[in-house]
Amino acid sequence: MKVFKCKGMADLLPGDMVKFRHIEEAFRSSCLKRGYGEIRTPTLEYLHLFTASGTLTPGMLGRVYSFLDWDGWSGERVVLRPDGTIPAVRLYLENLESANVTRLFYVENTFTFEETGTERRERWQCSAELIGTSQPLADVDLLLLATEILTKLGIGPLTVSLSHAGLIKALLAELGLGAAEQTEVFDRVLEGDIRALGEIKTGKADLARALALLLGVKGDSPGFLENVRALLGKSRAKLSTSLNDLAAITELLSAMGCSYEVDVTSGRGFEYYTGLMFQFYCGSQRVGGGGRYDDLIPLVGGPAVPASGFALYMDRLMELLKTEPYSGRGVLIKPASTDVLELKASMELASRLRDAGYFAELDLGRTASTDHQWVLSVAKDGALNLVNQATGKKSKAASAARILKLMEESK
Amino acid sequence: MKLALPKGRLLKQTASLLEEAGLGLTGYDDKSRSYRPKSSRFPDLFPKVFQEKDIPIQVAIGNYDLGVCGLDWVEELLVKYPSGDLVKVSELGYGRNDLYVVASRRAGISSVADINNGYECVRIVSEYQNLAESFALGRRLRRFSVLPVWGAAEVYPPEGAELAIIGERATGSFAATYDLVPLARILSSTAVLVANRHSLAKANMSRLLAHLRTREAPKMMQEFMPVVAGGRSKKPVTYDGVIRLALPDGHQQRHTIALLEEAGIDPGDYREPLKTRRPTIGVDGVNAKVIRPQDMPLQVANGNFDLAITGEDWLRDHLYRFPSSPVERLLKLSVGRVAIVAVVSEALPVTTTDQLRDQLDGLLPAIRIASEYVNIADRYARDNRLVGYRIIPTWGATEAFLPEDADLLIENTETGQTLKQHGLRIIDTLFESSACLIGNRNAMSDRAKRSRLEHVIEILERTAK
Repeated sequence: MKVFKCKGMADLLPGDMVKFRHIEEAFRSSCLKRGYGEIRTPTLEYLHLFTASGTLTPGMLGRVYSFLDWDGWSGERVVLRPDGTIPAVRLYLENLESANVTRLFYVENTFTFEETGTERRERWQCSAELIGTSQPLADVDLLLLATEILTKLGIGPLTVSLSHAGLIKALLAELGLGAAEQTEVFDRVLEGDIRALGEIKTGKADLARALALLLGVKGDSPGFLENVRALLGKSRAKLSTSLNDLAAITELLSAMGCSYEVDVTSGRGFEYYTGLMFQFYCGSQRVGGGGRYDDLIPLVGGPAVPASGFALYMDRLMELLKTEPYSGRGVLIKPASTDVLELKASMELASRLRDAGYFAELDLGRTASTDHQWVLSVAKDGALNLVNQATGKKSKAASAARILKLMEESK
Repeated sequence: MKLALPKGRLLKQTASLLEEAGLGLTGYDDKSRSYRPKSSRFPDLFPKVFQEKDIPIQVAIGNYDLGVCGLDWVEELLVKYPSGDLVKVSELGYGRNDLYVVASRRAGISSVADINNGYECVRIVSEYQNLAESFALGRRLRRFSVLPVWGAAEVYPPEGAELAIIGERATGSFAATYDLVPLARILSSTAVLVANRHSLAKANMSRLLAHLRTREAPKMMQEFMPVVAGGRSKKPVTYDGVIRLALPDGHQQRHTIALLEEAGIDPGDYREPLKTRRPTIGVDGVNAKVIRPQDMPLQVANGNFDLAITGEDWLRDHLYRFPSSPVERLLKLSVGRVAIVAVVSEALPVTTTDQLRDQLDGLLPAIRIASEYVNIADRYARDNRLVGYRIIPTWGATEAFLPEDADLLIENTETGQTLKQHGLRIIDTLFESSACLIGNRNAMSDRAKRSRLEHVIEILERTAK
């Protein structure tokens, strides 16, 4: 019987894991330097954690991996976590709730059923959450953190798209949509339907002009938002909170020399966003995104604590990672024979090389050709023959110390 | 061409539809004991008779090209697996069975909104567990649990569940029988002709399709429509010190009545034919309800009943799935004895489980195990290391699955006669099962109930010996 992995799942091979760890390390070190603490939530959560918040759409909840646990006779289901933020919020409420600002980050997988089986059903993400403040500075800090990581990884050129959930919701209300319609249009925007907003007709001429500007032009300065504000007329008051918030954010970003485009249709992701929504694109690939979710913690049953966060998508980053972070496989050591003493000598030689910082493997046979940087053969008389595979250069030495010197020189 | 036909409620009208279509079927009627009717007109037609609930999955996995069953069971499958290969071809215009979400009038629930605001956790009981889950997610219930049952969902609210999803047909009139209020209609269902997507794409079935004329396809209702506004009644539901006893319907009812009578307990209106699922029986302080024996262990585990008379087979099926369940066997009762056996077709040259395992890589690439006892079957396959097995859950008439649609059955049998008649061979006996009294070990800690419980157990114990 031939065995295969499950549909929609991915194997990560050694080469993939090198990239994975490289991205993870870049992400971790940037987060740690900014005072973020690493967490890891369990793979299984109760389904009602996600239904209680009312923030995942029924469509998303219909695609979660849910089942009865071995003691699930009450019929309550558990799920493989379909989202990272809601469990992180649960973890915060259960363990870390405080009056201070809490900075958390994690590298986790999420599970969502996808029908064709051609796309991933398990996805990895690098995420950071900043809990306890609603300042525009917090959103900017997160955005700059994500940008720093992506830049460090050589992912680019980057486009940063800004939208604002509060602004969209205020617009929909001002356009006269009922509550159910507002949710529906907002969901369409979040799912990437860029025409959703433009299709709405309004009798308010000022509002129509401002909306046309918002939808037709991608602003790249705080001035753009002032132009929108100027056109709004009577609707200005209703939208001012969101516009002020977005303006403050763009001012800070401009001051930091960070380029961006304001595009209200660019918001993606979750119904739980309340304020800024930002997306990172490399070409047409969306490599990450995030936003402000001030209502989520109360919805999960906690106090009114504001928060925002982002996620970078590991799978896409791995595809885009250009630099090969690790090359060559170090030294392959070939013992003279299977004699115990000679094997011992080779193993000691390998330890010596590893102590000196080299990657050293013993030849266990079945290595017709290798991609090792060096091949070191031990002769019966104890002589050491070193071949530099890259240059083809051969050298001979009598001691490990001498070999180390030769390898150092050829670096 | 293979055609799956329903037993039970849709049989008569389906038979007359096929008669009108000129199929010339013999052996498809109430009295026939065969599962394989023959068509005189279409010699290449292979019809087979199933429990209605099994038909959508049989067509979806491609064992059958066409099938006839209720739309309710089609939607039950499609709501969970929308991208599968099951296609609705036409509504056949008979066998109406609308599905409703209902609550007990006594619980004072009159709309779905009441539910979301008033309960910490909403329990939904139904034979249609996927539709129940979809309803809960669609209506954004904040916290819910779905309790799947084999039947009698209408008798659970208000003590056993806040909501039930049931077919109109199942109860006749909700309000009168069990004091139920319909909150929403979620599906308008009649018999439908279904087909496998690939069969439709590849095979020419036009002759048969032309005879089974297409009418307008019914749609899943988009909006949940309130049907009747429920009156509120504030009668609280309390059961202080009352023993809640579950009594079985179906085959086990007759045995259980005899047992009660022998113990000197008047079965009251539990007598056949059953007129109410809430009968009054002759023991003080005992509140009886009649449900399916299959559902009892789960219900006892959830504390909805203190005692239940079910079969050892269903207790084991439950405990294999939920090993730490608080349900335990209190008494072995001597009635309703069956053996739980592993069965293959006589055409398969194996007589033991070991031989079957040895054949797995040769004769059978992936072994299909059909059973009503999903967890017992799963455990049997694991314990016997039947690599690459698949469990096909069935709703009865399992013996019809061999040999075309399954390779092995886990079945119960009294004498083995029926199996023999169907050309089947027993290769293993898993265990002997008889009726038993089950209880929840946590119930004994309730002092108000304890002496009453002990009293009832004692009466039955004397009889059992």
